[in-house]
Amino acid sequence: MFSTHGILVAGGGIAGQAVCEAVRARDPHVALTLVCAEAHKPYDRVRLGALLADGTSVEDLRLRPDEWYADRQITVLTSTRVVGADLDAGTVALSDGTVRHADRVVLCTGSDAFVPPLPGRELPGVVVFRDPADCAAMVARSAQIERAAVIGGGLLGLEAAHALAARGCATSVVHLVDRLMERQLDAPAAAMLAPAMEGLGVDVRLSHATQEIAADPDGRVAGLLFSDGTSLACQLVVVAVGIRPQVGLARTLGLAVERGIVVDDRLTTSHPRVLAVGECAQHRGTVHGIVAPIHDQALVAARTLTGADAAYAGSIPTAKLKVMGVDLVTAGAAEGEREVLAADATAQTYRKLVLGADGTVLGAVLLGDIRGAELLMDAVRTGTTTEDGLALLAEASQATAAELPDTAQVCNCNGVCKGAIVGAIREGGLGSTQEVVRVTRAGAGCGSCKPIVSELLALERAGAAEEPAYLCPCARQTREQLAAIVRDEDVRSVSALGEACGAGRACGACKPGLSYLLEERQAGRFRQERHAKFINDRVHANIQHDGTFSVVPRIRGGVVTADELRRFADVADKYELPMIKITGGQRIDLLGVTKEQLPAVWEDLGMPSGYAYSKAVRTVKTCVGTQFCRFGLGDAITVGIDLEEAMEGLHTPHKVKSAVAGCPRNCSEAYVKDIGLVAVEGGWEVYVGGASGATIRKGDLLATVATAAEGKRVALAFLQHYREEGDHLERTYGYLERVGLDAVQAAVLDPERMAALLERFAIARAACDPDPWRERSAPVHPKQFAELDSDAALDLVAPAEATR
Amino acid sequence: MSPVLSETGFVAVGAAADVPALEGRSVLVDGRRIAIFRLPDGWAATDAACPHRGGPLQDGIVADHCVTCPLHNRRFDLRTGRQDGGDDAVAVHEVFERDGMLWMRLA
Ligand code: SRM
Ligand SMILES: Cc1cc2nc3c(=O)[nH]c(=O)nc-3n(C[C@H](O)[C@H](O)[C@H](O)COP(=O)(O)OP(=O)(O)OC[C@H]3O[C@@H](n4cnc5c(N)ncnc54)[C@H](O)[C@@H]3O)c2cc1C
Ligand code: SF4
Ligand code: FES
Repeated sequence: MFSTHGILVAGGGIAGQAVCEAVRARDPHVALTLVCAEAHKPYDRVRLGALLADGTSVEDLRLRPDEWYADRQITVLTSTRVVGADLDAGTVALSDGTVRHADRVVLCTGSDAFVPPLPGRELPGVVVFRDPADCAAMVARSAQIERAAVIGGGLLGLEAAHALAARGCATSVVHLVDRLMERQLDAPAAAMLAPAMEGLGVDVRLSHATQEIAADPDGRVAGLLFSDGTSLACQLVVVAVGIRPQVGLARTLGLAVERGIVVDDRLTTSHPRVLAVGECAQHRGTVHGIVAPIHDQALVAARTLTGADAAYAGSIPTAKLKVMGVDLVTAGAAEGEREVLAADATAQTYRKLVLGADGTVLGAVLLGDIRGAELLMDAVRTGTTTEDGLALLAEASQATAAELPDTAQVCNCNGVCKGAIVGAIREGGLGSTQEVVRVTRAGAGCGSCKPIVSELLALERAGAAEEPAYLCPCARQTREQLAAIVRDEDVRSVSALGEACGAGRACGACKPGLSYLLEERQAGRFRQERHAKFINDRVHANIQHDGTFSVVPRIRGGVVTADELRRFADVADKYELPMIKITGGQRIDLLGVTKEQLPAVWEDLGMPSGYAYSKAVRTVKTCVGTQFCRFGLGDAITVGIDLEEAMEGLHTPHKVKSAVAGCPRNCSEAYVKDIGLVAVEGGWEVYVGGASGATIRKGDLLATVATAAEGKRVALAFLQHYREEGDHLERTYGYLERVGLDAVQAAVLDPERMAALLERFAIARAACDPDPWRERSAPVHPKQFAELDSDAALDLVAPAEATR
Repeated sequence: MSPVLSETGFVAVGAAADVPALEGRSVLVDGRRIAIFRLPDGWAATDAACPHRGGPLQDGIVADHCVTCPLHNRRFDLRTGRQDGGDDAVAVHEVFERDGMLWMRLA
């Protein structure tokens, strides 16, 4: 009855995402809008701690890529809040001033970190641990200080403290109570946890009531003052004492609110058209602060929203500590009247079951030895009864993944049970843990269940080793296996490779990768086949959203002549091109060229292809260097143009962008290029593996050399090494992260190996085509740049003649 | 025009030699742009516009029985028109080669 205007979800956390997924799974058509107050599309808050380690970005934590939302027609607004709603009129007001129609609203507003009213809580240097900005603040500050203090010895506080300590920052955890994690652990387990944390370099201070956060004369955090009169000097304070559900919007809407937004078993609030799911919701008096219940709730909410019956009966609280080196899992009650225990003080293990009077399993605490955690969590969740708790504990420690019931939840973050994982492995013929994680999303959260995912996979594979990453997943062939076939059978084309082993035949997606492999291994003997190439490499231009193409000629080092500029202008006029654009790569792009126009446009330009459409050597950006700049230490322009000429025309595993800078001011951005040469006093530095696209990474200093000529040799040897060892579609930054700088230095800088690399480079360079745009006068096929009816008058035989 | 073929609604759309192996080319038929593919064991024809956002399917990568749209990689079975791993579908038309000429009939 409501379905005309659809559903609006307020809040793009794990809950908002789970609701969108569950609703879409039940109804592919209902209009769905997800409004996110944060600047990011939904990401995995559970893994937020990864931002405290190096190199992870919020993008890496994204729950779904952009296409996922586009494909499912889910409108996502970011940096936008829901500020009000007229529930009876079916309108929702947003912070950007617009109003949207929606018949039903799902509140997934989550919670804020709770900060108690301590004096000094507003000081710079006092942060919480809830979102990416908090992590950035911690990272920035932890590098400059002597000690950090974390207030709160719960799950979150311990995770923060461990991450800070791992960054090399001296860290103390300050806890009000006399034992850590008192909500999940009993006293003996907590007593074992504290020394384990100390062992990881975290200073633990129990029974410390913080009274004030003290400031230094500059108004920055200087320390904590405790109620017993003692103090602790620290320059960063992380407050992790609890969460507070975000109920402001619910209050504005006049909904019943207690600690959280009150919902019934159908997840409906006090207004029939409004539901609430996640950390903001209070169900039967409980507000959950963990992920597992969210998935249960989202499934029920989706049923309610799509007119099906469902009831949410609550969830059993579970917790896993994500601190490397401390294994800790709890489920349900930590203490009870009837407890069975298996503990070993020397081995520092502690395993306990809490049973009801009738033998129902009510809770489990596992520390130091978490074998069988899934089985015990399942027992708690399903309320299994046992007469012999010790036997159950013993059985659990022997249990393998094989013995788990199909209903046992393996991934608590994403709510995936064993049955679903095994089903996906069988159905999809999955062969590697990575694939299973991608398909089922089990293990894509905190990652702690990955070993079980691997175990289940191994069971399904009857002990056979996991499959590696395949270049051709359909034919299950790795790059190494294919390379061996190419070598042993002297294969010279993608078709021949397909005949030899089936690679590239089923879906064709790997054909460009196969083509590169053959080209790299067989250099001059390789037979090009256009069907194995992406359209860009069939017509040497980049396809665009409307099927037209862009044309970027080679402009070595970013240097153009007046005559060339005139030709750009003339061509743009003559072919009425919609845009001429200066690219981010120091070149000029002619946009909106049709396929049929390409040969003529190239002819009139009279410049070689810039390979801007291909996995190939792209630009070498330069700065003005000693030729003009008062700070110049090296002739960047000459060196850059020389380097570009040396490399151009070569295909590579992924694109290769380079730059040459005349001094460390780095105006041509050489530090963030696949290959960057930087002139320094007395020589040149060669950087590799830099990036400034979706990933930003400063290149690693491969070598410092005396002359530009040596720099070029190192650069070319590195290029060849990457051509030979990089995986298809792996940029140099990914390659360096994978193998490490040491391995690359060993392979490239050793004089003998460098000489061999340069020799193979020369062979490849001689075999490559520095200007495929010459196909304008020698096309590989008469219709290379045409459709069947591109020029009917010339090419089409009249139907009457044809059938005569 | 061959009376038998024209009476059955087939039209000649071009020379078979104009479509290279495992590639596609498009042609306008009755105001509709159609993509024609040369497969290892024959021919296939679909609407040229990808149901996703109109990508030119004739420019896609062709394998034994499917084509992958060059814009966002949706893959369609050339026998049924169904999207692989999704709910979209593209219209499939009849096409065959006779005496070097391609003939097709809209579905
Ligand atoms: C034209 C240009 C934008 C502009 O108007 O300035 C451009 C356009 C495209 N870039 Fe870019 N990039 C352009 C400079 C850059 C730069 C800047 C640079 O090169 O110094 C970067 C960051 C540097 C880097 O790569 O580290 C850049 C990082 C990307 C990325 C992210 C790569 C990554 O691994 O992070 C992609 C996506 C990809 O490669 O998968 C991309 C992909 C694309 C594609 C090819 C997307 C596609 O597949 O269709 C765009 C083609 C648009 C079109 O219709 O032609 N473009 N792109 C620039 C062409 C430079 C040139 O002269 O060749
Ligand atoms: C560092 C860290 C580690 C954790 N580790 C674990 C773990 O190991 N295991 C576990 O189970 N749980 C863990 N948790 C808890 C878990 O992350 C949360 O339970 C879960 O993310 C809550 O999801 P949510 O969607 O309900 O709320 P949130 O993640 O808070 O999302 C709510 C979103 O709604 C937005 N919002 C609020 N009001 C509005 C509005 N009016 N309009 C639009 N948007 C709005 C907020 O900005 C926010 O983005 C961890 C939490 C943190 C912070
Ligand atoms: S950033 Fe690059 S890939 Fe993205 S829209 Fe712009 S040109 Fe295209
Ligand atoms: S237009 Fe074809 S996949 Fe997007």
